[in-house]
Amino acid sequence: MSAILAVCEQRDGTLRKISHEVVTGARRIAETVEAVVCAAGPVQGADQLGRFGADKVVTLTNAAFAKYNPEGCAHAIAERVKAGGYAAVVFAASATGKDLAPRVAAKLGVGLAADCTDIAADGGTIVATRPVYAGKALLKVKVATKPAVLSLRPNVFTPVERPKAGVAETVAVNVPVGRVVVREIKAAEAGALDVAEAQIVVSGGRGLKEPANFKVLEDLARAFGGQAAVGASRAVVDAGWRAHADQVGQTGKTVSPTLYVAVGISGAIQHLAGMRTSKVIVAINKDKDAPIFKIADYGVVGDLFEVVPRLTEEIKKLHG
Amino acid sequence: MKIAVCIKRVPDSETRVKIASNGKSLDEPGVKFVLNPYDEFAVEEALQRKETAGAGEVAVVCLGPAAAQETIRTALAMGADRGVLLQTDVVPADGYVTAQALAAELKGGGWDLILFGKMAIDDYNQQVGPMVAELLGLPCVTAVAHLEIDGSKGVAEREIEGGIEVVEFPLPAVITADKGLNEPRYPALKGIMAAKKKPLEVKPVQLGAGAIEVVALTPPPERKEGKIVGEGPGAVPELVRLLREEAKVL
Repeated sequence: MSAILAVCEQRDGTLRKISHEVVTGARRIAETVEAVVCAAGPVQGADQLGRFGADKVVTLTNAAFAKYNPEGCAHAIAERVKAGGYAAVVFAASATGKDLAPRVAAKLGVGLAADCTDIAADGGTIVATRPVYAGKALLKVKVATKPAVLSLRPNVFTPVERPKAGVAETVAVNVPVGRVVVREIKAAEAGALDVAEAQIVVSGGRGLKEPANFKVLEDLARAFGGQAAVGASRAVVDAGWRAHADQVGQTGKTVSPTLYVAVGISGAIQHLAGMRTSKVIVAINKDKDAPIFKIADYGVVGDLFEVVPRLTEEIKKLHG
Repeated sequence: MKIAVCIKRVPDSETRVKIASNGKSLDEPGVKFVLNPYDEFAVEEALQRKETAGAGEVAVVCLGPAAAQETIRTALAMGADRGVLLQTDVVPADGYVTAQALAAELKGGGWDLILFGKMAIDDYNQQVGPMVAELLGLPCVTAVAHLEIDGSKGVAEREIEGGIEVVEFPLPAVITADKGLNEPRYPALKGIMAAKKKPLEVKPVQLGAGAIEVVALTPPPERKEGKIVGEGPGAVPELVRLLREEAKVL
């Protein structure tokens, strides 16, 4: 298969870690991978992409790329693809990738296989697997578009080190003046990890009884030493206890952390849709018949207000 | 304000998924179909914009089978003025084919806003809105959770990892709606009665096959049978041991 273009991301001049996953995913279907990132200048961390299998790392620079520039980036990447004869273009199905990939695909006149959890090359054709119907089924599609345009679900393609040259190249590009302009990014609370990106997610549902009780989950998340985020079920978001940004489920975020701890969450199908691809699931619930126990790897039946503080204590000992 | 809302008929999120005998699609008999939940936010936003402007039109456009007329009636019952069904037996797996059909219908319509849900909850394709924008040459903001419009200028907010992006754009534009944009209304009885008399145009469309072909639809891999480690806080040390030694995640 000819070369693949792996579209990477940066924020404030630093490469986003999800880029490692994009390059890792691209290497699954081809020997030769070119990583590309749109930025206003040099991107810190871009030189690391060779470690994950990028033969070449191209920074497309334009002063307008200091913040995400949807129209400019789509133009620059589509032009690169048209000139380069790539077999496929791979994006992350991140907030930016979900916005950018369809724009690029449309400029190339092709469809997009979005939010893939597996990709493979079958002879000359790319086959992609994507969760559909709230994760209740997997759709396998043959992507015969030229090129294939794919986006990868975050946290599924665990970065694999496969060192390549990672030759760096910077290309200044001209783009039309964008009509859609990102004026500012209102940052979430300092240090707060996003549930979609955290390695560990501790989520709470109605079993928490009242908003203030989320403190027990925040304490647990902190005990994991900065790798954990606090998520929430739809019920508690709809009740206004937690922000929508924290919602895990069909009408919230889809997460695939290494460890998902569901606390006081019964396990409605719409919640399972958002977390069933987590690597290990732990459920803590007082109702032993709660559906969440059916998909949890490990369950503890009991009062969360007793179980969770004890868990926090034990985790603290480990990280002591 | 002249607003188009593109909607989709999807299986209700609580539906038990049964795979058809062809191994490639959903076994539809017995499945309850609804208006895609994200499209409800789009319809509501259109209605509120028209109400604020005091004049205008809200048209809903749907690509789908004959039965999608019912989905369009739901949007009309919420308050949309008229509907167009681009009728096709099969909704293509290739989102670009859908986008082309919708763009052809919307082209030259003089729309101030074209709204979509940020994704359909059946195929999770999440691409048709921005593709229609590209095909029509319109600016587009996706997954919008907050929207302000002043004359021909808009400011939208969208959630990104660890923050909120504040985005400015000119009208006319394509916007895809996220949860949080508004609180969709339920159709009142009066609306349901009125919807029956509102114009609904059915246009058969011939679609290309596209280049994304379904190979198989399968149930997700069963998760390995889990275990109840124990009851109460006394089970915690064993849970932690299992997470360390068996699952190796700590």
